[in-house]
Amino acid sequence: MAEYKFDPKYASEEQLAYAHALDIGWKIGFGLMVIFFGLYVFGILTPHVSMEDLARYWTLPANEYLHAVHGPTGWGWTALVDKGDYINLVGIAVLAGITILCFMRVLPMFLKKGEKIYSAIIVVEIMVLILAASGILGGGGH
Amino acid sequence: MIRWNKAWMMGGAGLVGLLAASSGFAAETAAVAVAQTATPWWLWAVALFVTSFLLGIVAVLGGVGGGVLFVPIVGGFFFPFHLDFVRGAGLMVALAGALAAGPGLLKSGMANLRLAMPLALIASSSAIVGAMIGLALPTNVVQTSLGVTILGIVILMWSAKKSERPDVPKADSISSALQIHGVFFDASRNQEIDWKVHRTLGGMIMFIVIGIMAGMFGLGAGWANVPVLNLLMGAPLKVSVATSKFMLSIVDTSAAWVYMNKGAVLALISVPSILGIMLGSLVGVRLLRRANASVVRKVVLGMLLLAGSRALMKGLGF
Repeated sequence: MAEYKFDPKYASEEQLAYAHALDIGWKIGFGLMVIFFGLYVFGILTPHVSMEDLARYWTLPANEYLHAVHGPTGWGWTALVDKGDYINLVGIAVLAGITILCFMRVLPMFLKKGEKIYSAIIVVEIMVLILAASGILGGGGH
Repeated sequence: MIRWNKAWMMGGAGLVGLLAASSGFAAETAAVAVAQTATPWWLWAVALFVTSFLLGIVAVLGGVGGGVLFVPIVGGFFFPFHLDFVRGAGLMVALAGALAAGPGLLKSGMANLRLAMPLALIASSSAIVGAMIGLALPTNVVQTSLGVTILGIVILMWSAKKSERPDVPKADSISSALQIHGVFFDASRNQEIDWKVHRTLGGMIMFIVIGIMAGMFGLGAGWANVPVLNLLMGAPLKVSVATSKFMLSIVDTSAAWVYMNKGAVLALISVPSILGIMLGSLVGVRLLRRANASVVRKVVLGMLLLAGSRALMKGLGF
C-alpha cells in the first residue's frame, strides 16, 4: 500500500487512494504521450499515414478521413502500434483509461465499508467507461 | 498593476482583432478542402502549439477550462482541420488538464469524491450519447449548435452570479442518503468551512444535459458544472470549481473513448494542443497574481463571443 497523508477531516481514505492512483496514472500517460510524439514527429518511426497525406485529408470528416487513409476504427489501431502516428494512441489510451483503474482501486474500499450505494455507482461507472472504451458504441459505424 | 492591466487590455484586444481578421483566411482555407497542401504540416503543429499555449494562459486567467476556448477558436479560425478532429483534440485537452489537476484537488479536500461520483456517472453516460450524436450529425448542424452553445455560455458567464458560500438550510434526502457533505480548509479566510448540498435531484437532471453537450462539442463542461454545483445545489464556490474540474476527468473520459474509436483523435492535432494548453496553464498560474481578473474575463468573453458568432455563421453557410 502506498503511503500518503491521510486526514479524514478533509479527504476520506478512498479519496486519497483515488488521488494517488490518478497521480501516478496521468504522469505515466503524459510521459508516454510526449515520448511517442517525439518518435512520430522526428520521423524515428514511420507513420501509417504520411505527413503529406495527413495534411491533405484532415479537412475531411473523421469517417471520410479513415476511408481515405485506410485507417482503423475501434481498437484496430492496436495492430498499427509499430507506426509513428498510431503509437501515440497508446499514451492517449492510458490517459483515457486511468479513471477506470482509479475506480477499480477504490471499489474494494467502499465494499469493505459496506457502502452499497457508492459501490454500485462505481461498478456501473466502470461498466459505462468500459462500454465507451470497448468500441461497441463508437467503433464500426460511419 | 496599471501597466499590467493596460498590457492585458492591449493584448486581449489584439488577440480578438487577430481572430476577427483571420475569418477571411479561415473561409479560404475551408474552400480549399482536400487540396490543402501548401502549408507544411509541421507549421500547423507549431501554430497549434503556440495557439494552445496562449489559450492556456488566457483560460487560467479568465477562470475557464481550456476546452471551451480551444474548440470554437481552433475550429473557427486559422486552422484547416475538420471540426471532428478539433472536438476530439478539445476533449483530450480538457481531459488531460482535469487529470493533472485531479490529484491535488482531491488530496486538499477541495474536490469531493462523494459529490462527484453520482453526478459524474450521469454526465459520463450522457456524454457517450452526446459524442455519438455529435459524430453522426452533419458538420453544419454541429457547427451551428456549437455557435449557439458558445453564445449561450457567454450569456451564462456574463449574467450568472456566484455565491462564495451559498445558504443551504437543510440537506435534501438524496444528498443525506449519499452522505454528500464535507469540510475544507479555506486558506484565504484561514478557517474550516463545513458544507452540505440540496436540490440534488435537480442537479442530477441538469448533468444529463451537461454530459450530452460535453460529449457533443468536446468542450469540457466546467462552464456548466460550476453554476449547477454552486448556485443550484449550494456547494461552496471553491468546492464547486474543484469538484467540477475533477469531474471532467471522468465525464470527458467516456466521450474521449468514443472519439478515439471513431478515429477522430489525431496525434498531430491532439498532442501539440495538450502540451500547449498545459504549459500555457502553468504560465497562466504564475501570472494570476498580477493580472486583473475582471479585465481578462472580459477578454475571454470577447473571444468567446467572436468564436461563437463565427461558428454560427459557418454553420449557417455564411
